[in-house]
Amino acid sequence: MADIDVPVLGDPAEREIPAIHPGAMAGSKPYVAQAVHQEPLGFAGELPEDWQAKALGRMGDLLGRYRSLQVFMDICVKCGACTDKCHYFIGTGDPKNMPVARQDLFRSVYRRYFTPAGRALGAIGLGSLVGAKEFTRELLDEWFNYFHQCSQCRRCSVFCPYGIDTAEVSMAARDVMNHIGMGHKYANEIIGKVHKIGNNLGLPAPALLDTLEGLEEDVKDETGQDVKFPIDVEGAEVLLVTPSADFFAEPHVLGLIGYAKVFHAAGISWTLSTKASEAGNFGMFIGNYEQMRKISMRIREAAQELKVKRIVFGECGHAWRVAYSFLNTLAGPWDFLDPRYPVPQHILEVTDGLIKKGGIKLDKSGNDGMVLTVHDSCNVARASRMGDCPGGQFTIPRDVIKASVPKFVDMHPDTTHEKTFCCGGGGGLLTDELLDLRVKGAKPRMEALKDVIDREGVTHMAAMCAICKAQFTKILPIYGYDREMVVSVHQLVSNSILLGNND
Amino acid sequence: MTTLFAILFYTAFAVLLAGLGFKIAQFARTPAPLKIPTTPGPITTPGIAFRLGREAVLFESLFKSNKPLWIFAIIFHFGLFVVLARHLRYFQEPVWFWVGLVQPFGLYAGLAMVAGLGLLLLRRFVIDRVVYVTSPSDILMLLLLLGIGITGLGMTTLAHTDIIAVKAFFLGLMRFSIQPLPTDPALLVHLALVAVLMIVFPFSKLLHAPGLFFSPTRNQKDDPRERRHLSDWAAKLEAGRN
Ligand code: HEM
Ligand code: HEM
Ligand code: SF4
Ligand code: SF4
Repeated sequence: MADIDVPVLGDPAEREIPAIHPGAMAGSKPYVAQAVHQEPLGFAGELPEDWQAKALGRMGDLLGRYRSLQVFMDICVKCGACTDKCHYFIGTGDPKNMPVARQDLFRSVYRRYFTPAGRALGAIGLGSLVGAKEFTRELLDEWFNYFHQCSQCRRCSVFCPYGIDTAEVSMAARDVMNHIGMGHKYANEIIGKVHKIGNNLGLPAPALLDTLEGLEEDVKDETGQDVKFPIDVEGAEVLLVTPSADFFAEPHVLGLIGYAKVFHAAGISWTLSTKASEAGNFGMFIGNYEQMRKISMRIREAAQELKVKRIVFGECGHAWRVAYSFLNTLAGPWDFLDPRYPVPQHILEVTDGLIKKGGIKLDKSGNDGMVLTVHDSCNVARASRMGDCPGGQFTIPRDVIKASVPKFVDMHPDTTHEKTFCCGGGGGLLTDELLDLRVKGAKPRMEALKDVIDREGVTHMAAMCAICKAQFTKILPIYGYDREMVVSVHQLVSNSILLGNND
Repeated sequence: MTTLFAILFYTAFAVLLAGLGFKIAQFARTPAPLKIPTTPGPITTPGIAFRLGREAVLFESLFKSNKPLWIFAIIFHFGLFVVLARHLRYFQEPVWFWVGLVQPFGLYAGLAMVAGLGLLLLRRFVIDRVVYVTSPSDILMLLLLLGIGITGLGMTTLAHTDIIAVKAFFLGLMRFSIQPLPTDPALLVHLALVAVLMIVFPFSKLLHAPGLFFSPTRNQKDDPRERRHLSDWAAKLEAGRN
């Protein structure tokens, strides 16, 4: 990792706004998808001769399909309120990572080809007067680089006086690029795996069954209890849809063990599904409604085939956004499920409810010696909710953590709740070729974490998202911390829950 | 001169009305296929009205993000609002009671508006991030408003014009009977710039005023699990589904 300068961490209370360094990240870009990953999704295999016309055509379609895009293109006043809010700008100083400048990559083309002023002035070479630009190959390359330096975390949208959400613009730009053969390899390859195998990691059914059997044995050895990890069980009450990382690596899998123990202790029958063995939905990252819908339909089909009564999602940020905010739209209505429960539910809603009603019991001594803080995932914090009241997405995870551990401390308020910072790896950027960006983008979160480690003796940070967990596991060591500092929320539950008749 | 300005204002008014009407219709008609409110957000319709009200009147999100800018923005917009309210008297007979009440504040509001604009303009030259995102049109817009404000203040303080005649001219325009317009230079410049402002309004970022109310991250209820939200084009994808 010789080529990454790890940012110096300061005080989160006096976070400095960097001076701009034009071009600082001009070279950061992911791999372009090959035809084998593009064509199965219905996207162009490579950049055609007439890419500009095709791109403009697709832009026009999207402007007509998404009010967000149309309104956001027109109403930004360039006030600059968002300019210091993006973790990628804070970490890199590259001005094109300021949310408004990122949008302007798209907006300059919008103005040139879709607005009367831009068309008229652009035709006589004066487009720059109104911020209109020709859609050149160079500009397209900038799109590719900088729309893949946005984790679609929506932090900018909280601070914009009109709620302009750069994530919407990034999604649209990525969709346009997919339609002209400039897809993002990592994302499109993963979507291919979901369609072919059923999950992002490409774990085939036999491997899943194997893993789950192994987990049953491990838990039996550890607790003496017959905690089951059922899969494809028809007639179970709950279908659990969880990110495939939960079957694969720590700390994710420790969270999965936690979910299983909760269902076991509460006596709720549940099942996983091989068909819907993935909660994640990268269709959102590439801004493609049809892909997002197709991926969501697997969950509907699995729920119908297994005749379950409820759907519960495991810990994953963007998956929860698609589940909470979009699933009803994409794959509803859910009239065949039990109307007494919201569809879908988050596992934290289930666990929190059980703790509060006494359906499960926790003993904090299971986590003795741990001082916890929590990382609010951006998609949970700013794009969805838990529970019945606004803000439940903050109180419910905290309540569950506090019930599980002896001590809990929040990080600096400028970095939590709706102002939370992205882990640096969201939005489909969790790929090795973007590691430099991911390390720099994690700076504000690491700063706030270091602060509570130094002041409060925090030992662990809980995360409720597979991408956050994977990102922190990778970058904590680069910042000089232990990779095991990041834990699943349900890992804490798993360590503290009382099983069997020992209460 | 009178005829010229009569034509100018009829044109400007027509462009403003048609342009703004078109854009508002476009904003309203373009579907919002997904629920994307920035959460935590209201879950009821009155809650949404309250959220939008806070954004429109208090600039709530801007307050969270940047206090100096918030102050400049409030000074400018509130000044502008009072100035525009005070101007209503040129277009009505009799004058509404509350329009009469704001008359004494014209000078202060005008000064606030101009001071706010000056500060906003200064930002565009000194803050490196803002310099980077500024286009000539952003500066021209501030200069245009400054021009209107300064000529207006000029008339309130130094170069008074015949307000009765100005009013007669505009009431006349509204009744399609052209009355003579005074020809003081300050007034003519003021009015010419106002006409330009009306013409550029629908083609510029001034669309932020109506646009705020159409922004899905601010005007949508956070109730996706309770109510199925489906746009027309998305519904078409469902043909033949189980
Ligand atoms: C519902 C009504 C309106 C709301 C909520 C609103 C809100 C805002 C906000 C929050 C800003 C960003 C902060 C700033 O730069 O000042 C802004 C900027 C601006 N507004 Fe408004 N505004 C409204 C109406 C208007 C109108 C009617 C005009 C002019 C005729 C106007 C002209 C401007 C200009 C020129 C800017 C950019 C200032 C700059 O260059 O920094 N606004 N507005
Ligand atoms: C057709 C529309 C307009 C007419 C007929 C008009 C006319 C006038 C007149 C006659 C004055 C002098 C008032 C006095 O001496 O007491 C004035 C002042 C002023 N005008 Fe306008 N104006 C118009 C539109 C505007 C607009 C759109 C703005 C702002 C963007 C504006 C900003 C001002 C300001 C700041 C002053 C000085 C403060 C005040 O007296 O209220 N005017 N205007
Ligand atoms: S805060 Fe909103 S209006 Fe202001 S520059 Fe950023 S995107 Fe544009
Ligand atoms: S959505 Fe997040 S990553 Fe993208 S520009 Fe906004 S703050 Fe930056």
